[in-house]
Amino acid sequence: MKKFSSLLHNLILTPSRNIKIKLLQDYFKILDINRSYALAILSDQLSFQFIKASKLRELVYEQVDQHLFDYSYDYVGDLAETISLIWPTKKEGKSQNLSTLIENIKKIKKSEINKEFSKILNELSNNERWTLIKICTGGLRIGVSERLVKTALADLYNKPVNEIEEIWHGLEFPYENLFQWLKNETSKPKIDFKKLFHPMMLANPIDEEKDFKKLDANEFQAEYKWDGIRVQLMVSSKSVSLYSRTGDNISSAFPEIIETTKGDAIIDGELLVGKNFKPAGFNDLQQRLNRKKASKDLQKKFPVFIRAYDILFYKGKDLRKLSLVERRKYLEKFQKENKTNKIDLSSIINFTTWKELTNFKNNFNDDLNEGVMIKLKNSEYLPGRKRGYWYKWKKNPKLVDAILMYAQRGHGKRSSYYSDFTFGVWNENELVPIGKAYSGYTDKELLILDKFIRNNTINKYGPVREVKKEIILEVAFDDLFPSKRHKSGVAMRFPRIHRIRWDKLVNEVINVKQLKKEFNIK
Amino acid sequence: MDFINHQLFIKDINVHIDPILPKKTAIITHGHADHARFGHDHVIATKQTIDIMKIRYGDKCAKKFTPLRYGQKYSIKNYDFTLYPAGHILGSAQVLIEKNNHRLVITGDYKVGKDETCRNFKLVKCDTLITEATFGLPIFQHPDPKDEIQKLIRSVKINKNNCHIVGAYALGKAQRVMNLLRQQNYNETIYIHGSLEKLCQYYSKEKINIGKFEKVSSKDRSFYEGKIIIAPPSALKDRWSRRFPNPIICMASGWMTVKQRAKQQGIELPLVISDHSDWNELLDTIKKSKAKNILITHGQEDALVYYCKKQNLVSKPLSIQGRSDEEIE
Repeated sequence: MKKFSSLLHNLILTPSRNIKIKLLQDYFKILDINRSYALAILSDQLSFQFIKASKLRELVYEQVDQHLFDYSYDYVGDLAETISLIWPTKKEGKSQNLSTLIENIKKIKKSEINKEFSKILNELSNNERWTLIKICTGGLRIGVSERLVKTALADLYNKPVNEIEEIWHGLEFPYENLFQWLKNETSKPKIDFKKLFHPMMLANPIDEEKDFKKLDANEFQAEYKWDGIRVQLMVSSKSVSLYSRTGDNISSAFPEIIETTKGDAIIDGELLVGKNFKPAGFNDLQQRLNRKKASKDLQKKFPVFIRAYDILFYKGKDLRKLSLVERRKYLEKFQKENKTNKIDLSSIINFTTWKELTNFKNNFNDDLNEGVMIKLKNSEYLPGRKRGYWYKWKKNPKLVDAILMYAQRGHGKRSSYYSDFTFGVWNENELVPIGKAYSGYTDKELLILDKFIRNNTINKYGPVREVKKEIILEVAFDDLFPSKRHKSGVAMRFPRIHRIRWDKLVNEVINVKQLKKEFNIK
Repeated sequence: MDFINHQLFIKDINVHIDPILPKKTAIITHGHADHARFGHDHVIATKQTIDIMKIRYGDKCAKKFTPLRYGQKYSIKNYDFTLYPAGHILGSAQVLIEKNNHRLVITGDYKVGKDETCRNFKLVKCDTLITEATFGLPIFQHPDPKDEIQKLIRSVKINKNNCHIVGAYALGKAQRVMNLLRQQNYNETIYIHGSLEKLCQYYSKEKINIGKFEKVSSKDRSFYEGKIIIAPPSALKDRWSRRFPNPIICMASGWMTVKQRAKQQGIELPLVISDHSDWNELLDTIKKSKAKNILITHGQEDALVYYCKKQNLVSKPLSIQGRSDEEIE
């Protein structure tokens, strides 16, 4: 555990990619089972069922005053670090192996967690405690991507990183077949790709000025970008399952899809809410998200369907190396053979010049799509966000000027900075918040806002600072919809700070009534 | 205690403690730039603080200087002032103000732990304590500085082809790092950024053991391989640091407790070496001072105010303008 926690400590503090790779390789040179645990942790595949962030908070409140913890957490901006630092240090015990420690934790009974896990935290050093809590909360955020881990392994054993990438999702802890193959002791692990979740092909935002000059419109096809959730549907004669973009099985939440789909394929598409293939807004879709199950009533009120974009496998045949145009033929074939009222196809937009496409992007159906996707006709199905194949071109965002009201410190890389901003507009003679944003600004703007907040705080509510009402923010957002939970009666979808409006005065900002009128909200 | 306001100003006799703007009479706790400023009429401080002010701002940085020894009483009307060691940097002092049997102590910046580069902190009992709170959160529990400096020495031994640039405040921290290295038998010449030279010379003259040092000059790059260089934090990001061979960027500061902060500042080897009291030392000082009234200045005052109230002490934050948290040490 000492060795692994100092690996993480060094990784987080090393800016150089090459040194990170070297640190990882030095660790992976150890030949025992600990490297398997390390690989599972670094690729975010290890977690403890009963020990999550809320449990950890409960444990730390048993040890220290809740308010003092909250002040500290607000300051540090990272749960693992706050707990590891504030935990009253007892005498350090004998350092355990990473593998032994993890197996011991897995054996703890649910009823004894508070006692047993606290005991373990007591006996660790500061840095080990930080590491263990990071493992529990998942998502290490130490500046090491899964790709970097794979690269380190590939370079260490002189294998192409793409070959690791290809079999990655078919591998399981303790990855013995992977390590044996890397050392040339066996051949490459055989993976049944038909039964596997495949990381999705993602798009990069288009740079209107640079990209359109370089790209030939004839080589691309366009489709609308729908505002739902991206899914992968796996159909075989034996079973049907539905996966989210991150590879979570979400079948049980959408029984109507599972029950009605037939055939033998892996489909990539967008899950949307709506009747007769007419998408309703994202607000409606939200009624179906983050639920384990869906009642009959819910299914009726908010029916879902899948708008298919692509096909990866058809009757056992791997289509991923075919071109998009070829795959589309298979997709149409699949749809014809297995007609249901739950799957339709994403239609292809005909255009000959980029200028022509602009009209489609901005005008079509107003709120129901987010813009267009531009895909290279020749593109294979490649996992991840590879450059040069697929682009997304979002509609121009909606904008509103609002007044900065409150601020709070951020987390992760923005910890210590006041980087979460709540802003509002007028309602009669008072201001009401209409949203909160923690992105969009430049580094320079963040420094200016942070400084303004520190020097112009008029009230503190715990970690929240109320500031003098002087700064006008131009806020960009995707949508505005009615909300009963907010005092202003409206809520924003994906608000972000567009810029600071130095040229505008506080009394020039609009009021809620005008805002609602502008976006057709009653 | 109502004789002093939240700006540490005693109106009655027109005396300020550590004022930011030029004033008639200023008692200065120590030489850091957020406490000692240019242009007062009359400065009252320890001799070493006055020397440091003259080095930094010139001999004429105030019209008149009154040096006080630790423990020496100085009276203005019915106010008696006494300076006591604060253990923060060379010359640093706490200010005891006595009036009509009321004892008020302004700690200035202080640390309780041992330090060979200055007189160690002396606890002064009082009725009202105005304490700093730079590290006023329970996450700050400073480790033994010897262990921290060993990390640096170990890294120098392992990475023979790199040079180590240690960010440390020019006054106090830089010399403390040098002294700690000497305590751990690091006997090589230590190389320093030009801005540290005069202060290092002064520390040497005051018989503080910082060993042999030399200003960085435009020598061959490879000359600095395996060497330790000390520079103010601002120079770490500057072009200045790029002239050295494979530098490993280190920083000696209490803030280095938090990994995320070290990462934000691009520090590869954080050294938790602080010249301020940590959380436990702050609580201990508050308790042992026997003060019933606790005022808290710059830093993380919220948590400390909350703690004092829980101990049934009267406590509130003093917001002194011009000093925001995290910019200073």
